[in-house]
Amino acid sequence: MGIIITKDLRKIYSETKVPVYALNGVSVTIEEGEFTSIVGPSGSGKTTLLNMIGGLDNPTEGEVHINGVNVTTLPSGKLIDFRLHHIGFVFQSYNLIPVLTARENVEFIMQLQGVPKKERAARAIELLESVGLSDKIDNRPGDMSGGQQQRVSVARALASKPRFILADEPTANLDSKSTAELLDIMLKMNEKHKTTFIFSTHDQRVMERARRIITIEDGVVAKDEF
Amino acid sequence: MIIAIAWRNVWRHRLRSMVVMLAAALGIFGTLFMIALSNGVVEQKIADSIHNEISHIQIHKPEFLQDNVLQHAMQDAPEISNVAQGIPGIKGVSSRIKTMAMASTASNGAGVIINGIDPETEKLVTGIAGSVIDGTYFEGESRSPQILISRKLAGNLKAKTGSRIVITIQNTDGELIYSLFRVAGIYKTANALFDEPNVFVRRSDLAELTGFDPALSTEIALLLHRTEDTDKTVAMLEEIYPGLSILPWYVIEPTLNMQSGMMDQFSYFLLVIILAAMAFGIVNTMLMSILERTRELGMLMAVGMNKKKVFIMIMLETIFLSGVGALVGIAMSYLTITLTSRNGINFAAWADGFESLGYSALIYPTIYASFYFWLAVLVMITAMFASVFPARKALKLNPAAAIRHEA
Repeated sequence: MGIIITKDLRKIYSETKVPVYALNGVSVTIEEGEFTSIVGPSGSGKTTLLNMIGGLDNPTEGEVHINGVNVTTLPSGKLIDFRLHHIGFVFQSYNLIPVLTARENVEFIMQLQGVPKKERAARAIELLESVGLSDKIDNRPGDMSGGQQQRVSVARALASKPRFILADEPTANLDSKSTAELLDIMLKMNEKHKTTFIFSTHDQRVMERARRIITIEDGVVAKDEF
Repeated sequence: MIIAIAWRNVWRHRLRSMVVMLAAALGIFGTLFMIALSNGVVEQKIADSIHNEISHIQIHKPEFLQDNVLQHAMQDAPEISNVAQGIPGIKGVSSRIKTMAMASTASNGAGVIINGIDPETEKLVTGIAGSVIDGTYFEGESRSPQILISRKLAGNLKAKTGSRIVITIQNTDGELIYSLFRVAGIYKTANALFDEPNVFVRRSDLAELTGFDPALSTEIALLLHRTEDTDKTVAMLEEIYPGLSILPWYVIEPTLNMQSGMMDQFSYFLLVIILAAMAFGIVNTMLMSILERTRELGMLMAVGMNKKKVFIMIMLETIFLSGVGALVGIAMSYLTITLTSRNGINFAAWADGFESLGYSALIYPTIYASFYFWLAVLVMITAMFASVFPARKALKLNPAAAIRHEA
């Protein structure tokens, strides 16, 4: 049984006279340990699908089951808690907290989870070392390159020991070298710790490294290739 | 870490935060200093009135308050003086022969309140001896009885030290008599309204002139070591002398208490205005800060920071922003008030105006220490209220949309 199952997901925006079907019946199952890309042209619905899986948006119809829990029925407070303990996020614009150092950014998630201080400090350093940033531990985001910030973002996503990591166009703002480095790190995590990664992307470099590619077009799954 | 984030967020836009803090600091400094100055004016007025004019307590026959004539003398005045001197907390007792009279010179005449005093015991009760600016305070002997008049009256009568003044007065039989007095000294207190009618002569001279029993008095004035003991001492004396009118300073001069109360109300009003202005400034700054950080707040909520923590973070930022400003303002006020209260601020240029209204031109700003504490508490409460609107705005953000918000 997959760790993520979406059942006939539909998202309809009715603000305009003509309703817009951002998703129109998407059913996918993602197994533990997958390294999956959700691809498609702009406006195809890939970010909407990622938001539904991440519990950031509610579908108009359908269900999202994560680890057997129907997250679409969870009340707001429980959903926030669910995200904190089960899902890691990597964003296109890194979205680190600019007033915290790399280590503090990684620790922050663990503090929200209630991890004791010593434990979270040690884990934050270990994670930053694993993404190749042992010399940037006390740097703030403003003192790091885009690639380095995105690596901190990956370390932060891993800090909460999530069941899977959702990465929304993680390489969109990176150059080739940084993209390659980031993908190497994520693949290493995937292989070593069986961490599940799901990307939304239209970056060819990411697609080439993905083991599964789900193509979304006009709100439906057009292709699902392993 | 939420505390650390909130604190560092305050300093993200250093200049903007400092402008808000400075505005809060200056507002609080201005308010506190104004309140201290107003307190100083009123407290100075009360102290001057007590120490130069009315004392803490006055004892009369009830009839004397209706009609200030010598016939309403207290028969047991010597005993009352002795008893009063034995009460702990009483610093000085002055037995006076006080009545109305007419003072005239070759140039002019004026109605006066004539105070027959014992110069030495009066020194223990009022500061008239120290207020003499020309001549002497009943020193030496002269052929004519001596009189002490104020600078204001001297001006009206065109008199100076050594001038002769005719005092016309009713004797104990109700007949009008007159006598010549020589101006021994000219005094000036901070209150021109007191100075103008009050003249001082030796009680023995006045008794002899009017045929008044020199052992008796029409007024006994008491000065206490501590103003706070007034009510207690009045109650004690009322118990011993139920038939006499024993009045505390604030009954003798009810406007003093009224001024103090009015000044308190004015202070609270000023404080409310400043705190409200501060709250609006802070709400504005925080709203701007939240708008700028929409994406970051969206991220925080997306990764699992619950609403309570987001609310606390924004509230802490607001408290830090206003708290630092308030602390700077309080520190500035404390230093300025402490320094100026030592020597006072002399509004010499407007002295005549102040004194004509009964106020001293030398003002010692004063404020209760507890006022600083309560102001700090009020600032915190204001900050908490001010944070509610921006925090609610932040909590309404949809994380998915906020993350993609373009700054």
